[in-house]
Amino acid sequence: MSAEAHDHDHGHDHEHEHHHKDTFITKYIFSIDHKMIAKQYLITGIIMGIIGIAMSLLFRMQLAWPEESFKIFNVLLGDKFAPDGVMANDIYLALVTIHGTIMVFFVLTAGLSGTFSNLLIPLQIGARDMASGFMNMISYWLFFLSAVIMLCSLFVEAGPASAGWTIYPPLSALPQAIPGSGTGMTLWLVSMAIFIASSLMGSLNYIVTVINLRTKGMSMTRLPLTIWTFFVTAIIGVISFPVLLSAALLLIFDRSFGTSFFLSDIYIAGEVLHYQGGSPVLFEHLFWFLGHPEVYIVILPAMGLVSEIMATNSRKPIFGYRAMIMSVLAIAFLSTIVWGHHMFISGMNPFLGSVFTFTTLLIAIPSAVKAFNWITTLWKGNLQFNPAMLFSIGMVSTFITGGLTGIILGDSTLDINVHDTYFVIAHFHLVMGISALYGMFAGIYHWFPKMYGRMLNKNLGYIHFWITAVCAYGVFFPMHFIGLAGLPRRYYTNTNFPLFDDLQNVNVLITTFALVGGAFQLVFLYNFFSSIFYGKKAVQNPWRSTTLEWTTPVEHIHGNWPGEIPHVYRWPYDYSNPNHDVDFVPQNVPMKEGEEVLHH
Amino acid sequence: MTSLLVIIVLVLLAIALWQLTKIFDLTQVGASSDDSQVASDNDNNVQGYVMFGFLAFIYIFTIYGLLKWGSLALHTPASEHGLLVDNLMNITWVLIFVVQFITQGLLYWFSFKNRGNKDRKALFFADSNKLEAIWSIIPSVVLACLILYGLYAWNNIMFVDKDEDVIEIELYAQQFKWTARYAGQDNVLGKANVRLIEGVNTLGVDMSDKNSQDDIVVSELHIPKGKKVHFKMRSQDVLHSAYFPHFRAQMNCVPGMVTEFAFVPTYTTTEYRELDFMKEKVAHINKLRAEKSVDLVAKGGTALDPYTFDYLLLCNKICGASHYNMQMKVVVDTPEDYKKWLSEKTTLAQDIKAAAAAEKPAEGAAPTDTTAKIIDTVKTVVDTVKAAVAKVAMK
Repeated sequence: MSAEAHDHDHGHDHEHEHHHKDTFITKYIFSIDHKMIAKQYLITGIIMGIIGIAMSLLFRMQLAWPEESFKIFNVLLGDKFAPDGVMANDIYLALVTIHGTIMVFFVLTAGLSGTFSNLLIPLQIGARDMASGFMNMISYWLFFLSAVIMLCSLFVEAGPASAGWTIYPPLSALPQAIPGSGTGMTLWLVSMAIFIASSLMGSLNYIVTVINLRTKGMSMTRLPLTIWTFFVTAIIGVISFPVLLSAALLLIFDRSFGTSFFLSDIYIAGEVLHYQGGSPVLFEHLFWFLGHPEVYIVILPAMGLVSEIMATNSRKPIFGYRAMIMSVLAIAFLSTIVWGHHMFISGMNPFLGSVFTFTTLLIAIPSAVKAFNWITTLWKGNLQFNPAMLFSIGMVSTFITGGLTGIILGDSTLDINVHDTYFVIAHFHLVMGISALYGMFAGIYHWFPKMYGRMLNKNLGYIHFWITAVCAYGVFFPMHFIGLAGLPRRYYTNTNFPLFDDLQNVNVLITTFALVGGAFQLVFLYNFFSSIFYGKKAVQNPWRSTTLEWTTPVEHIHGNWPGEIPHVYRWPYDYSNPNHDVDFVPQNVPMKEGEEVLHH
Repeated sequence: MTSLLVIIVLVLLAIALWQLTKIFDLTQVGASSDDSQVASDNDNNVQGYVMFGFLAFIYIFTIYGLLKWGSLALHTPASEHGLLVDNLMNITWVLIFVVQFITQGLLYWFSFKNRGNKDRKALFFADSNKLEAIWSIIPSVVLACLILYGLYAWNNIMFVDKDEDVIEIELYAQQFKWTARYAGQDNVLGKANVRLIEGVNTLGVDMSDKNSQDDIVVSELHIPKGKKVHFKMRSQDVLHSAYFPHFRAQMNCVPGMVTEFAFVPTYTTTEYRELDFMKEKVAHINKLRAEKSVDLVAKGGTALDPYTFDYLLLCNKICGASHYNMQMKVVVDTPEDYKKWLSEKTTLAQDIKAAAAAEKPAEGAAPTDTTAKIIDTVKTVVDTVKAAVAKVAMK
């Protein structure tokens, strides 16, 4: 490999860093090395994920066996919220709210995007580090701070925020309306404001790094799809996150300083409040202007990881590289003009509903292109079923299943009757929850050797995937029917409606699948944490991949490459190229004399 | 004690896992002792077959689900526009199942078929404009049809013709109950604002408005079959959502503004109860309830009442701790019954008078007090309005 032939007289633009004596604190805590920061994001994300998933199991138990007594409720929730082991109705809403917040923001935004953008952007584009290592460090520590504040909010006296993860005012603004809207909500808003600052710093860093620090030869059309999706994700984040920040700030004003941005004409607890002239619908607009792009912020990086892993493990180029880029750009553009499909029945002008139906259903086109391209990538491949590949195929599967029901929810006419029912829960958990989680798992299994220099156990990986795959469908497929029966989401129990009595058995089945699926994540945790220390030592390029990160040494060093940064001569998907005997040609291998480019 | 048991179970689980990996490792010993943790040909083969098995699982689970749970979904719509909605829904479902069946089939079939081994070489197939065009254009055409049908339906449902002969009813939401206000003889709802809430006037109806005089406030919603009902929704505290699943109708109730939704009921409650699917559903639910009652009685509780179907209005936007129990019974009457029911109700004006009369002897207070109070309230309102006007003027 030509990259190995370093020339020590050149390069070393970060030479000074090699002379640093790293202390424990600068190496493991306040590190400015992107690989360490990626690992910090990952571990924090995993811890938050454990908390978020555990919460979902608790409220799933309440839904399957409503108002029954479980010792574990009392142990975990305490006497106030689970007297005699029966979950109280306000803590149910708090669990639902915090589960959503943690999973969407802390696991699937920061945990997924933060981990892999940080790890892969410099390594795959051929850079020594992020454009600003210091800002990168600040970004992680702000994220950490926001996670700590969010977790602290679980322990305030009146309970954490309970107004749903969408925190629609007035419910989120008035402690009289729900106890969680007191200190709990304040902490939620503070935590999110810090989170957004962290996310913006990260995103700016990613954008600048991708634009400026690509190695020689790494043109935009030679970037791996991972980088394309991280890049576009960061742009969407920079466009939309500030809007949520403004919504959060205005809500803080309404809550604490008596303004009326989102509140008007309210009579609660026997008195008229002074608010006049604001509108909760305005908040909904601001929230979903982030909220909808947010689901693409979550799913696009997963798509990038899956594209990369699928190509590598199919030993085939990703099908339609340019079409994949175009579809990512199309999705990114459309994602910013579809937010209103969350608000068809919010009271906004029905004409807007028509517009948003139109733009929303358009998104199905680039999504379909992506799905078909993935499937075609598998066609006539030489599929290597590493655990990462299983999760990638699983991701395509759940993305299709979940995405298809989007045609129903995106159509304003059909949304009228399934809006805010369990149908929505089933839809978005499959299309962005499970799919993004699969993408994240795929990424972890694939790049674990790059992160820790060791391999994850593949057999545990197989067990982990198959049980998770069965349980994911077991949980969310039956849930569609509950939604079609008209059961609203965020109901503590449906025992007050004999109409829904026939749904109880389905709920028990769903919860059983959820508990089994949740329990088997322990297999992953065991595999992950034990392999960090006892896993088999990795070779430099275990998956025989073409991208630049596998040209770096297994042991992490500051600046990534010991010598000069490799130059790039070809696109990232030269797998099974008929001009070569080996079934992969790394990007840093120069074109043979007379070799033609075989792709568009 | 329980915690100790839990810890022991966790430890045992961890040991079991550890042993399991050992066993897996041992099974690999014969097979070229490959412990690289990279998939071997053997792995590819096994996983390929499992892929195929998983495809079977998805298909079977889908069919099982449709047979077993298909009947749970809402059936015959009870409103005129509901037919349109359900028709579009059914078309979309057919499309979804066809696409789902084909794409999942291809995905897992290719996975099975192309499971790797050392002797194969993958086909270098990087792009094809023809294929890309096919799967851009086909979805575009199909979606265009769906969008057009959807927009046609949406416009029909959401825009109420001003000249149409409709019944105006206000739905009033508060934590955690629904109230309805009928417009009375003039079919015009009087003005209202939460600042006017007082005593029995819990909806803050402006009694100085002449349209308010014949308004009727009730806590059970009755609507006539075959007549367009135009709901105007208000909320006094937080967001709520008025959800009528059987009528395929839903609209949020937003404090500070009035939202609306209109539909024509097509089955009276009695007629809907007599539909075959509903009889079956109710019988099934009652069977479940009877079984549960046996359990409850055995535990010393009381048996559950048997269930009879009623249309319901539910709250479908998280609104507080008791969100899960915010409901109102909806009765669809024949037009005659509806008229009769409504004529028996007293108007809000009468209610207020009656309440004042009941208050008088009990308190023995001078009537001027109440009058003074009302004058005070009016004054405050006038002041508020003046201040607001002044504010706007200053801008």
